[in-house]
Amino acid sequence: MSLVLDPPIRQEYEYVTKPAALRPADAAPPLAQRAWRQAWVRKTVILLVLAVVWELVARWQNNDLLLPGFLQTAQAFADGIINGELLDRVRISLAVLLQGYVAGIIAAFVLTALAASTRIGRDLLETLTSMFNPLPAIALLPLALLWFGLGKGSLIFVIVHAVLWPLALGAYAGFQSVPETLRMAGRNYGLSGLRLVLHILVPAALPSILSGLKIGWAFAWRTLIAAELVFGTTAGQGGLGWYIFQNRNELYTDKVFAGLAAVILIGLLVENVVFRPLETLTIRRWGMQR
Amino acid sequence: MSFQVVRPPVGVAPLLKAEGVSLEYGATRATHDVSFDVYRGDRFVLLGPSGCGKSSLLKAAAGFIKPSAGRISIDGKTVEGPGPDRIVVFQEFDQLPPWKTVKENVMFPLLMTKRLNKREAAERAMHWIAKVGLGGFENAHPHTLSGGMKQRVAIARALAMQPEVLLMDEPFAALDALTRRNMQEELGRLWEELRFTLLFVTHSIEEALVVGNRILLLSPHPGQVRAELNSHQFGLHSAGSEEFQAAAQRIHGLLFGTAPSRDASAGPAATAASLLDRHRIGAPATPSPDRGDAPPASAADRDRSATL
Repeated sequence: MSLVLDPPIRQEYEYVTKPAALRPADAAPPLAQRAWRQAWVRKTVILLVLAVVWELVARWQNNDLLLPGFLQTAQAFADGIINGELLDRVRISLAVLLQGYVAGIIAAFVLTALAASTRIGRDLLETLTSMFNPLPAIALLPLALLWFGLGKGSLIFVIVHAVLWPLALGAYAGFQSVPETLRMAGRNYGLSGLRLVLHILVPAALPSILSGLKIGWAFAWRTLIAAELVFGTTAGQGGLGWYIFQNRNELYTDKVFAGLAAVILIGLLVENVVFRPLETLTIRRWGMQR
Repeated sequence: MSFQVVRPPVGVAPLLKAEGVSLEYGATRATHDVSFDVYRGDRFVLLGPSGCGKSSLLKAAAGFIKPSAGRISIDGKTVEGPGPDRIVVFQEFDQLPPWKTVKENVMFPLLMTKRLNKREAAERAMHWIAKVGLGGFENAHPHTLSGGMKQRVAIARALAMQPEVLLMDEPFAALDALTRRNMQEELGRLWEELRFTLLFVTHSIEEALVVGNRILLLSPHPGQVRAELNSHQFGLHSAGSEEFQAAAQRIHGLLFGTAPSRDASAGPAATAASLLDRHRIGAPATPSPDRGDAPPASAADRDRSATL
């Protein structure tokens, strides 16, 4: 008898396949379970838990000057909204921020478009970003004040600096990771230079560009608030940073917290109302990001 | 079975002409002194093992690579750069911009070259999408499609441009075997209907025989012409036939020196192969037997071709 194990030879079969029957839908899960599947519900729960912890710690500390509670801050925030002071400050800050942000985006686009289409442009971008990206925008503020004076000019200058380099770096990295095949397909149709950048590179690098825009937005916000904290008002028109600074001087700690809350809320709002839908409409729909 | 001397009919000029093309990447030579003619309506296959520079030749024909010596011309005009008269279908699936739907993808080159306005481009796109069997998927984004469907979109996009030459760089290599066979069949069907000119790169002997009507065999490191063969008599239906097997054996022999060992049961095919082997043009020892003793562009040499 052989030691080799032979599998048995079996009968052959042929079957006629039937179309698969549709499975009846599952009964809807209970409401709580369905709600928990929604990201915003989970995030709201996290925020509520944080608020409760904050309130408890504040009550335990029992010192309004150092740590006002959540309710007290909410009260100050609501007052600020109702009497219009906080809204005014937000409006002033946002106006400056948007101007700087848009200028930074345009500058970044020009730089990366140059870098994508010419060799000297690439060298220029690489040199400039490695020089200026590590330089904190706020460190340029004294110089900006010297050049543009106490006012909007200086703020916009530092915001542009804060937005330009991370965005240019992100977009350029995105351009470089565009598949060679896609570039060749574009060139095949006679695209080159700016047309290749606009029709192929920008959309293909959109995931990196969007994340660059997000980082730029955050940097711009930080820089603006910090700059306003340093030199505050321009012709009596202070923004959110100035609001925080002023109220700290006057020991209205709850208003300081309300100002900080405004910064955070705007951040959340921009993320969820601008960037998230933008991602859903573009790179997620196109399968470039999960 | 005998060899005939076949000359193309007088007055027919080749559409795409490669004359003594050498391609280099830095110090490495990808191809050396490669010449071939593609006539209108040809399904011309560049076949060879990896490293023979067949893809580089196709990219040079597309205008992405400049030859370091020799020239490639279309209708007598030297190829200077990429252009919409030579549309490439690549192997990689990422040739389709993921941000465009199937329809937008097919419309894209038509709009970019300003050949048609939006309405006409949409009309033509729908026509070609239906032609490659993707009707109903025109609004899908590429990431929702299977590999075979993506290649169909790329083919539809290329054909919609009605290029002088359709260049295909191993377009089915990334597909599974069943889909590949399907696509080969469809490509054949499309060609029967439209008679476009095709330059096709592959490393599969079977695919070369099935798809092409003429095969340029390249030897590797650097790529040099080993033979130029006819394969117009083969199709998918003849893939199992003895002649087909014999032709495959012959190509294998030309590429690797020896035919793969076969057991005695494959008698007739093996004999046919060895028979063919003996009938090879020129001496087998020279690297380029049908070119070795003649200047590369010699017309008499070029026109010589073997029919089985």
